[in-house]
Amino acid sequence: MLTVKNLFARVEEKEILKGINLQVNAGEVHAIMGPNGSGKSTLANVLAGKDGYEITGGEVLLDGKDILEMSPEERAREGVFLAFQYPVEIPGVSNATFLKTALNEIRKHHGLEELDAMHFLKYMKEKMKLVGIDQKLINRSVNQGFSGGEKKRNEIFQLQMLQPKLAVLDETDSGLDIDALKIVSNGVNLFRNKENAVIVVTHYQRLLNYIVPDFVHVLVNGRIVKSGGKELALELEEKGYDWVTEPVEASV
Amino acid sequence: MDNSQSKNKFISAFNNVEERMNGESKSPFHQLRKAAIKKFDELDFPTVKNEDWKYTNIAPILKHDFITSADVKTNKKAIEQFLIPGLKASLIVFVNGSYSKELSHITKQAAGIRIENLDALLKNEPELVMQYFGRFAGIDNGFTALNTAFAKEGTVIIVPDNTEVDGHIHILNLSGASGKNLISQPRNIIVAGKNSRVKIIESYHSLSEEENFTNTVNEVSVGDNSYVEIYRLQRENMKSFHVNRTQARLGKNSIFTHYSVTLGGSIVRNDTNILLDDEHSTGNLYGLYLTEGSQHVDNHTLIDHAKPNCQSNEMYKGVLNDSSRGVFNGKVFVREDAQKTNAYQSNKAILLSDTAVIDTKPQLEIYADDVKCSHGAAIGQLDDEAVFYLRSRGIGEEMAKTVLIRAFANDIFETIENEVLHDHLNHLVHEKLK
Repeated sequence: MLTVKNLFARVEEKEILKGINLQVNAGEVHAIMGPNGSGKSTLANVLAGKDGYEITGGEVLLDGKDILEMSPEERAREGVFLAFQYPVEIPGVSNATFLKTALNEIRKHHGLEELDAMHFLKYMKEKMKLVGIDQKLINRSVNQGFSGGEKKRNEIFQLQMLQPKLAVLDETDSGLDIDALKIVSNGVNLFRNKENAVIVVTHYQRLLNYIVPDFVHVLVNGRIVKSGGKELALELEEKGYDWVTEPVEASV
Repeated sequence: MDNSQSKNKFISAFNNVEERMNGESKSPFHQLRKAAIKKFDELDFPTVKNEDWKYTNIAPILKHDFITSADVKTNKKAIEQFLIPGLKASLIVFVNGSYSKELSHITKQAAGIRIENLDALLKNEPELVMQYFGRFAGIDNGFTALNTAFAKEGTVIIVPDNTEVDGHIHILNLSGASGKNLISQPRNIIVAGKNSRVKIIESYHSLSEEENFTNTVNEVSVGDNSYVEIYRLQRENMKSFHVNRTQARLGKNSIFTHYSVTLGGSIVRNDTNILLDDEHSTGNLYGLYLTEGSQHVDNHTLIDHAKPNCQSNEMYKGVLNDSSRGVFNGKVFVREDAQKTNAYQSNKAILLSDTAVIDTKPQLEIYADDVKCSHGAAIGQLDDEAVFYLRSRGIGEEMAKTVLIRAFANDIFETIENEVLHDHLNHLVHEKLK
């Protein structure tokens, strides 16, 4: 589904991604782990099309289509979803209005009819139940005054509403207590199916107890230095990142 | 800068009008006018050297020769576009400053409520006018002096004690005639007795594409335990000029809520001044200006806390595009007596282009020691993070920006209880931001 080939990206003059290769197939969950500053969030942002990153090499294909040429909204309509590490507060725009607009933009892109208010409401109620999100939060402005946990839950609610092909979760576990972590993970697990894929970007192994990955990749200094199964995450938890970092530094 | 030529034109126009008067020139009311023209002669039009007019150069207004009347054909159908659909309101229409009986429609009101044209009242009950006229708007600048000198038409609303006006009162001001430059100087007097309620909309529109000039003065008295709400809606063509002064005095336990919405006009200057003159009164000033092209909108407000235990809430917001310019100057005085004052002021603006400019100046002068006052000004661009967030969910860039600007602007109307009015104002903002 997603093919990342030799991807290089920089912020201003600083090279952050230095040749990322990654193949994610439908039905798979990939975890990208790595120390702070290794380029994890950059990779997530580059996939979503955030401004401020210059792509200096490589390509990213989503079902064969080059997404690097697409605007963020086009990528979203094609099925890329980024769950933000720091979801943005948007005063004056209600969650419901926001999601109705987004959903209908995506539907239009796929040649589907826009959902009217009644059908949208029905659909939304189902998803609210699934994620366990309160009506009060839905009526409020997007993320405004939400707690950290509420914001993350809202990201997963959006994920459920928009049903993308590829979900990229950027440090979704940060700032969550264990109960919130379980709820959020549950939302992601309910989302998983044979047709979609998930990339979990995380510093800690903790989240991977709940969202069990098929593959784990270690990102260090802008490169994937090691890939393995879910047991690699446990090994990293135990030994830290140093043991995978060193060989790379030595080879420079 | 020399305004003396324009000044003299207005003075000779005054003399011409006076010559054509018969007995009226002897009336006490005309003596007020005479005093005002004398004052105007002394004050002249303000220039940018005047601190209060530092950012607003009115010279482009004075370049034109304005006339006071013109033959304009309009009818009920034609003015429908200026009305607020679905709003229950008494309608008072002025065409180029002259009251139009045919176009106006005043709904049945409780006994004692007066909703009338100033000119008619001057003829029939001049002593009533004298009782209320000029009580609050002191002649301290050239525009108020000029308005007073030419005071003739306008709306007088008198609400007796323990009475509520049914529905809104919509004062519709229409200016212009093809190929001509019109001036109108409405003088509105609003007197709400004790324990009364009245809600007023003063809206301004153009009937032509030419430069017209409106110079309005509103005097508002809010009686004890009363509630007065005023919406000033400026929707003139993009060449027009508007100077508007609203002066309100608040009695004990009263509430005065003012919404200022500026969408049109070339040079617009608003002075919205309130005096919290007795305990436990509340003044709410909300403002929104959306500017584009070379529009210039200057909002000056003065909130004078004269007595203890009063509250004021002020929030002004602007969205400025192209090379338009905004000015916000918010004075808050808290007098020595005004202990336990609560005053909150906020001014925010979004600049959509590199060439849009805003000058903002909060001015708090506090002479009491036990008060809560806060003010904040925030000027900025649209939040890039928010734009990206919306786009990352499939919403196109243009739509994302529009959604954010609309949300920023509509915030001003959050407190409006009347749904029809609330939705209408949101709609106007929506249209302007297209």
